[in-house]
Amino acid sequence: MTTRLRILDDGAWLSVDDSRRVSVSELWRLDAPGFCECDLADMVVENFLETGVDGRTVQVRVYGQCIVCGTKSTTGWIPVGRIVDGEFVDIDREGVLRVTDDKEEAKSSG
Amino acid sequence: MPTDVENWKSEVYGNEIREHLFRFAEEGFETIPDDERDAWFERFKWWGLYHQRNGQEGYFMMRIGTPNGVLEPGQLRVVGEIADEYARGPGTNPIFGDAYADYTTRQAIQLHWIELSDVPDIFEKMEKHGLTTQQACGDSWRNIVGNPVAGKDGQEVIDAWPVIRDLNETFKGDEDHSNLPRKWKVSVTGSADGSGQGDINDLAFEPAYKEIEGEDVVGFNVRVGGGLARNEPRFARDIDVWVSPDRVSDVAGGLSALFRDNGDREDRYNARIKFLVDEWGAEEVRETLQDEYVDFELHTAGRDVREEYTYNTGEGERNDLVGVHEQRDGKYFVGLNVLVGRMGADDVLELADLAEEYGSGEVRLSQRQNVIVTDVPESELDDFLEEDLLEHYSPEPSPFMRGSIACTGTEFCSLSIVETKNRQVRFARWLKENVDLPEDVEEFHIHLSGCTASCAQPQIADVSLRGMKTRKDGEAVEALDVGLGGGLGDEPQFARWVTQRVPVDEVPGALANLIDSFAEAREAGESFRAFVARHDDEELDEFVDPEETDYEDPMMHNTKMTWYPYAEDDSMDAKPPAPADD
Repeated sequence: MTTRLRILDDGAWLSVDDSRRVSVSELWRLDAPGFCECDLADMVVENFLETGVDGRTVQVRVYGQCIVCGTKSTTGWIPVGRIVDGEFVDIDREGVLRVTDDKEEAKSSG
Repeated sequence: MPTDVENWKSEVYGNEIREHLFRFAEEGFETIPDDERDAWFERFKWWGLYHQRNGQEGYFMMRIGTPNGVLEPGQLRVVGEIADEYARGPGTNPIFGDAYADYTTRQAIQLHWIELSDVPDIFEKMEKHGLTTQQACGDSWRNIVGNPVAGKDGQEVIDAWPVIRDLNETFKGDEDHSNLPRKWKVSVTGSADGSGQGDINDLAFEPAYKEIEGEDVVGFNVRVGGGLARNEPRFARDIDVWVSPDRVSDVAGGLSALFRDNGDREDRYNARIKFLVDEWGAEEVRETLQDEYVDFELHTAGRDVREEYTYNTGEGERNDLVGVHEQRDGKYFVGLNVLVGRMGADDVLELADLAEEYGSGEVRLSQRQNVIVTDVPESELDDFLEEDLLEHYSPEPSPFMRGSIACTGTEFCSLSIVETKNRQVRFARWLKENVDLPEDVEEFHIHLSGCTASCAQPQIADVSLRGMKTRKDGEAVEALDVGLGGGLGDEPQFARWVTQRVPVDEVPGALANLIDSFAEAREAGESFRAFVARHDDEELDEFVDPEETDYEDPMMHNTKMTWYPYAEDDSMDAKPPAPADD
């Protein structure tokens, strides 16, 4: 089964199978040494840039700002959900999210 | 590789979307196939329908494009009646109530909570009265803006209204220009005040004189590639072209076609023509236009009147069109302040009555979200100004009411990070009660935008506020970045972002302290914009001194995570079902 992943409306949200799943304005704690100098970045999501998958994990790259140090930048790949039995299930984004820099391209159908 | 959006557009786009829209309206929202929703919602934009944000599934924002902000006699009443009958949803706004219309920064009108099943009836009613939502959103020619009092303004160099009407009639529904790489915003201004705000549009025609065969002829200089969105603000670039009024359509169509053929269709973030102008430079844009898109010799630029611009410049006369102004024909236009551009449906209908009673029935909209009643004879002026409605929509408002602009915000918009309109109302009311500007400062523009899309044009205000987040006492709260000193004019300037992430409840205090510093440290007669210009960012950051006051903000939490921020139970779990097709 193919899962349709898209970034829409000027990067405002992530669409999974034509449903809005993750939106800008969320605040994420990131383990992302490459993003800023903070031990953990505390980042406002301002724009989604790309989406992709790693196995069953749905990941995104976003533009955001660390509200501790003020760094504004683009992130590596951040896990936001998993595909379980064909359905999107949120990853708890209140916890620390680990960022990786390499990722296979998004698999989407349109 | 083309984007999904480009693929959808290549399958169905433009005028033909209407028949599908009507089919879904008749058969019901639920009949839009699950795996086609993203595609159809993208396409519906072309007909002015924008799916509201997460939690409000099945409800739409409807944008009505009113070229140059002109509402002909009778049209405002139609807008009021549609708002009253159809723009009611499950959420009640604590300030504005159940049904209202929003006047936008591009002289259009937005209604909310529109149900798909009502669209055919709404279209029928609008079209019967010459109104349309066609191309109000989507990747095509958007509502054309300009000086709203074109044809009536005493400061006019040339009447731009016939030019705008012609462009609107030519390019609305024109299949050759209906599928562009991205939106296409055009401004045509004929007045010497700069009120068309051409500098922030994709394509701008500005009044200019050119000597043709020994005679000074009035026409337009052309600028291309302005825009504010996505942290990439640009002022439109001068491409060294003057055009006579009868050739405007040829040059505008040529540039639209140049954009259609050369804009980036593989990356929507890079698609606006401002990026093409960055890449090519103004000279190459001109050469390509001349060589491939027009069949006559272009003139070089003429003598402009930019030195006379006052609109939204932060100093001088007529920074907006609020107040009583004499028209060319001896009658008057009266600019009324509509705080954050939102007007209750009852008030819209009452204003339509007053416009008929005292004027010609015509009403016009400005880019500062205000409304202008035109054609009021001098003999009727005093009685009009005594009307109760004008106590609320005043032609002589407090500078803080007058200068406030706000975008839609998290109430309805997917992009926004914070609540905006109601917040800006609360800010303006608090500032009016608690802060005094120096006596000679009559205007002070504060623009609040919920995100970097910049629909409230934050970069061209005295004070720019932009949605952000921060933590306060460990809790995530809505916050605003503060920018200062932006404005248009002969030498336009974007605001400098000097203070970041001020918790929203400390913003009024920050502005009070900033204005106190300005009052104390300004030179005699100095404008706020000039004051900002002679200080560095660090000094300005010191002036913006965030502080808690007696201002209380009831929307500190993440309003985006609610289904509707003002609902008693605002959690996503309490969101209403998509409306049934009754």
